[in-house]
Amino acid sequence: MLLEPIMMKIEEVIQESPLARSFMFRKGLEYQPGQFVMLWIPGLDEKPFSISYHGKDFFGITVALKGKFTHRLHEMKAGEWVGIRGPFGSAFNLVVSEANLLDVGRACVVGGGVGMASLATLIERLGDLVVVQGARTASDLLYRNRFKVAGPLPTKDMLLCTEDGSAGTKGVPTDLLEDLYRHYRFDVLYTCGPEAMMVKVLDFAMQYNIYMQASLERYIKCAVGLCGQCSCNGLRLCIEGPVLDCEKLRTLEDFGRYARLRNGRRVSIEEYLGGNRRPNKHPSA
Amino acid sequence: MAEVDLSTELCGIRLQNPTVLASGILGTSKGLLKRVAQAGAGAVTIKSLSLEPLPGHNNPIVIGFEAGMLNAVGYANPGIKEGAKEFSNLKEVGVPVIASVIGRGVGDFMKVMEELWGLDFAAVEVSLSCPHTPGYGMLAGQNTPEATKEIVSVVRKCTELPLLVKLSPNVLEIGNVAMAAEEAGADGITAVNTLGPGMVINIEARQPILDFKVGGVSGPALRPIALRCVYDIYKAVKIPILGVGGISTGRHAIEMLMAGASAVGIGTAVYSRGVEVFGLVCSEIKEWMEANGCASTKELIGAAHVS
Repeated sequence: MLLEPIMMKIEEVIQESPLARSFMFRKGLEYQPGQFVMLWIPGLDEKPFSISYHGKDFFGITVALKGKFTHRLHEMKAGEWVGIRGPFGSAFNLVVSEANLLDVGRACVVGGGVGMASLATLIERLGDLVVVQGARTASDLLYRNRFKVAGPLPTKDMLLCTEDGSAGTKGVPTDLLEDLYRHYRFDVLYTCGPEAMMVKVLDFAMQYNIYMQASLERYIKCAVGLCGQCSCNGLRLCIEGPVLDCEKLRTLEDFGRYARLRNGRRVSIEEYLGGNRRPNKHPSA
Repeated sequence: MAEVDLSTELCGIRLQNPTVLASGILGTSKGLLKRVAQAGAGAVTIKSLSLEPLPGHNNPIVIGFEAGMLNAVGYANPGIKEGAKEFSNLKEVGVPVIASVIGRGVGDFMKVMEELWGLDFAAVEVSLSCPHTPGYGMLAGQNTPEATKEIVSVVRKCTELPLLVKLSPNVLEIGNVAMAAEEAGADGITAVNTLGPGMVINIEARQPILDFKVGGVSGPALRPIALRCVYDIYKAVKIPILGVGGISTGRHAIEMLMAGASAVGIGTAVYSRGVEVFGLVCSEIKEWMEANGCASTKELIGAAHVS
């Protein structure tokens, strides 16, 4: 774990969608799927990003355009330098056998929007799974060439859905859960995306008694468990999170309801997203 | 041998043990305070509240180095009105909760104190010593004996709760500042705030890592200085001291009690030992007391003051 930012050269920039780019670094990191790094642009700010690509001697992050910081990052090209600190936080609970397949059985991965970024390396590690990715519109879908779309089990199946129906099924991923469960009989659910979607995934998991984990997003500052900014009730999302399991989530009052603004004020998720995400008004990330 | 007594008293507040969550660490939410209490802290301090909300500095706000941490959080807080909502029903926390308040001047402090009425705080800590927030603490000159006296006299009139004053180690004669606080009516001294400010530069980026460039130094590097400050203050005043600075083990805590503290603040050690540090330090104190025939923390407070 890197406790102070290490300056790293951007090796490559990949345009994943009109609004999302991946930044690749040639550096090995001790890392488990679900963890995040802090990316520092000297003189500007430092923000958390999930690792979305990982190999022996490389890693990458996928960044959606949101505010001032991500705009500046999107302007950066291969050869430019940023600081990286981490990885930090909890990981998806993978029980990987020697064959590198998940021991717990068949998995269903539910991704929404740029939430796919924190699920991508998990998908690569899993052996038997189905992936559902949801986005607003076809061009927002991520990693379509990276993961096989609708191939036969037990290879990686990725089903798509869009809110406007421009690709895959029209609707949101959680609309498909009942049918998917009937068809695939998965044993575990992993999810990352809009919190309202993740709440529905939790409800589904509880109803069918399926083990479930979700990766949450909150404003993170110190990333080492001291400042309390990312407090979710009694949990620090930078240490005990960002990945939490169903047992924790079901008792977490803030899940799907509240998040903290930069000054620590606890507000509704809607206000938090408005305040943090609306480009050009309150640019934060 | 009978069970050793870890309890202590700080400005009339009874603590089950001498460990206290220091202000600025984890004190953003009631949920986290509760968790720290469950981890074994004898009391907890909230993150400082100002009159208006403060966004704090940009990241990075915290950076580790080989002998501790630097921070320039910049007093990010939602302001006293929102803070009062966050910290309602404090009885749920299970241990005494200390309010930490900051202000740009006496006017701010008076208004902030007004909002504390009716909340279940056990004491108020007035911080006059932050080294990284323009307009507050050290950067507003509040760490002089004169300013300390002026502010504490006013705050004293605003509350009947026990009043602690948190001092900066960045002064020549900390005993004089403590005396000014005592004369102005303080019930206790919290010593010390972070040291410095200091700086860490990333040589590849060719610039300071902290966005505010400088930050307060805490952790192991601060410990010997904090000890000396508490030792000096113990000689200078009669009111009790909450000793803070670099404590991460039971031995460190005992050392601080011996320097003259009645209780010990723990902050940065949450990084190295986790939230469990409070319980760990308590059992280490207890073990040492048992092994050394010490029945009560009372025997330890100020024990290092030999003529």
